[in-house]
Amino acid sequence: MIAESGHYALVLALGLALIQSIVPIVGARWRDAALMNVARSTALAQLLFVAASFAALVTLHVTSDFSVANVYENSHSLKPLLYKITGVWGNHEGSMLLWVSILALFGGLVAAFGNNLPLSLRAHVLAVQAWVASAFYLFILITSNPFLRIANPPLEGRDLNPVLQDIGLAVHPPMLYLGYVGFSISFSFAVAALLEGRIDAAWARWVRPWTLMAWIFLTLGIAMGSYWAYYELGWGGWWFWDPVENASLMPWLAGTALLHSALVMEKRNALKVWTVLLSILTFSLSLLGTFLVRSGVLTSVHAFATDPTRGVFILLILFVFIGGSLSLYAWRAPALKQGGLFAPISREGALVLNNLLLTTACATVFIGTLYPLALEVLTGEKISVGAPFFNFTFAPLFVPLLLAVPFGPLLAWKRGDLLGAAQRLMVAGIVALVAMALVLAWTYGGATLAPLAIGLAAFVIMGALCDLAERIALFRIPLSLSLRRARGLPRATWGTAFAHAGLGVALIGIVCETTWNSEYIGSMKPDDVARVAGYQLRLDGLNPRQGPNFREMVAQFTVTRDGDKISVMTPSKRNFTTRGASTTEAALLTRGASQLYISLGDTSADGAIAVRIYHKPLVLMIWWGPVLMAFGGLLSLSDRRLRVGAPKPAKAAARALQAAE
Amino acid sequence: MTRKQRRLTLIGCALVVLAIAAGLVLNALRDSIVFFSTPSMVAEKHLGPGKRFRLGGLVQPGSLQRGDNLAVTFTVADGSATLPVAYKGILPDLFREGQGVVAEGALDASGVFRADTVLAKHDENYMPKDVADALKKQGHWKDDYGAKSDNRPGAMPSASAAPTQGAMR
Repeated sequence: MIAESGHYALVLALGLALIQSIVPIVGARWRDAALMNVARSTALAQLLFVAASFAALVTLHVTSDFSVANVYENSHSLKPLLYKITGVWGNHEGSMLLWVSILALFGGLVAAFGNNLPLSLRAHVLAVQAWVASAFYLFILITSNPFLRIANPPLEGRDLNPVLQDIGLAVHPPMLYLGYVGFSISFSFAVAALLEGRIDAAWARWVRPWTLMAWIFLTLGIAMGSYWAYYELGWGGWWFWDPVENASLMPWLAGTALLHSALVMEKRNALKVWTVLLSILTFSLSLLGTFLVRSGVLTSVHAFATDPTRGVFILLILFVFIGGSLSLYAWRAPALKQGGLFAPISREGALVLNNLLLTTACATVFIGTLYPLALEVLTGEKISVGAPFFNFTFAPLFVPLLLAVPFGPLLAWKRGDLLGAAQRLMVAGIVALVAMALVLAWTYGGATLAPLAIGLAAFVIMGALCDLAERIALFRIPLSLSLRRARGLPRATWGTAFAHAGLGVALIGIVCETTWNSEYIGSMKPDDVARVAGYQLRLDGLNPRQGPNFREMVAQFTVTRDGDKISVMTPSKRNFTTRGASTTEAALLTRGASQLYISLGDTSADGAIAVRIYHKPLVLMIWWGPVLMAFGGLLSLSDRRLRVGAPKPAKAAARALQAAE
Repeated sequence: MTRKQRRLTLIGCALVVLAIAAGLVLNALRDSIVFFSTPSMVAEKHLGPGKRFRLGGLVQPGSLQRGDNLAVTFTVADGSATLPVAYKGILPDLFREGQGVVAEGALDASGVFRADTVLAKHDENYMPKDVADALKKQGHWKDDYGAKSDNRPGAMPSASAAPTQGAMR
């Protein structure tokens, strides 16, 4: 019953989406407010039905109804409740349902909080949103129905892929999808603007909060996924340049560029045509990511089932939406009025440079990700493009970007003073040089690039602080006055500083982890001691243990340093009986921002166990950076000036005037 | 500056950045891509020692030998040719005899493939795509390799942009 209701709710959602696709557009043509308002109610109703459908699938998983194929294939009655719930999107069908649920959620949010939008713009935006939604509802209903029943229900399920039985699955995919799908809003706004043939600074003001929200989620989602891969896969890598990761990185890069160009558009009414194009490209890259992950065209560590019907269907969606929106762009964009003028050295100029470097970096990732696919289709030759490619192309493009980051906020709009900005960044430059010299002296004879990179990171962090110090006139006026100024600074300014500093923090983590990582790989017997980076790790013994749906072998290590006992670490090796698969559960010991990392290999006949121990210096900064960036984004989002639905000052003033009369 | 000059500056900057990026990409594509081969392709192409490539095939049953200090040797077969592989380190959780494997490394002077990375890209009933395609092409595809998974569409390991199997270094 529940499965059928869920299926039916999804069909109804499709019906609503189809109405929402057409009626508001017709309404906008006829200037009929009632027809345009249909968009609002259908968007909310659509959200209701998709939510019901999603809740139905969750219920089926929680109650372990193995008569439903999706539950049978991905669940097990003994699985802990959390994984029964997260298992809903740990598979193709369920994760597509999550995708459309989030799409409907964003549509519902625009409908509910978009009261300050002009009626026709809202109608257009929601209609475009519904086009995307209809396509994906059809995709789910035709090729990936999660509610299919099995004729002879088995008694027990096949269990979820053990690697996915982790808290990471509860957080990472929903976050990532909130980011991916969130960009659909800026896409819909862009297409709506093209349809209406009208675009202005107010448009950017409406789009920016949505873009920022999606960007925050995507940033956190990527960081979370990276940390998950780091502790779950057992060899301490945190970024693989795997196509599936690239698929999430590309929309992030384009989205970051979009955030910045929308800023220019909002403040200076310039870069309009470019911003519209970026909105389209960002969501197109999200769609491309969905295609890469969902169609199984990739051979990757995220290897996915190859089922051509799905692939072709998503490819079709991809062509229709990307091709359609770009054609619309080519046709209508020249009609959009050109924006204001600015000098190359100015805040706008800096933001253009930011856009240029970010989109170019995005393009190199795009080439590296799709080149092997294209080559295989064209010549049949199989190649793999790995980390070296991206290190050689991506890194050189990011260096000038990072160098330029501190200058941006210090340049004035319209016409900036580069020399003045450089003078104000003097302190940051000095700190960077000192940091560089210290690291160089400390690791004398070691890596040469690493100290330079650390210096660059210090420059970025200090640059962000310099900007703040400059704005509150720190040390130039009495401290109490500075503090009062600090409180009065717009939250967006704090947001910028946090986000930019986060970049530097992440860079420090990346450089330290890759350069000064020390490892021990060997086989150990009980009472053997391994020495890594000044720590002694003694293997106390191996104990078997029974978990809910697995058996595990737990190794106990006592960690000491200079004779003092610090902690006990217990990595384990789990064997999941249902799937006959085993996983390695690494043990992590956090010391400041650094971590000790132990993962286990096979046991040999003589009772020894293969062990991999890493000391990863400052590794946690890799993820603190994105968290800082997301926090900065959140601060900006909470800025009054940007708040969704905040009354516009002009309107308030007009109302005050009316009242006065 | 006039509007035209400004626009030219902008376009000039963009072209410079794009040219640099194109140079970097072409350079990196020449140096850092890795080709995929099966043992019989290795024999055909006469790959020399030191040239990095990815080797894919099935781990020959009974060929896995563990030496001292985590050294392992095994043989990769594709039905018509075999190639001995030496690796030092911990093998992935899903490494099994008779299963598909992809290893990255280079041949040494004596014709042994020295792997520095062993990839586990499949679960208990799934063949790495590269390997499956190569085996099919050479006519060594046995239906039972894929049969288990073909009977259960959708039963594959699946992750929504989540890590499934990692590379082991």
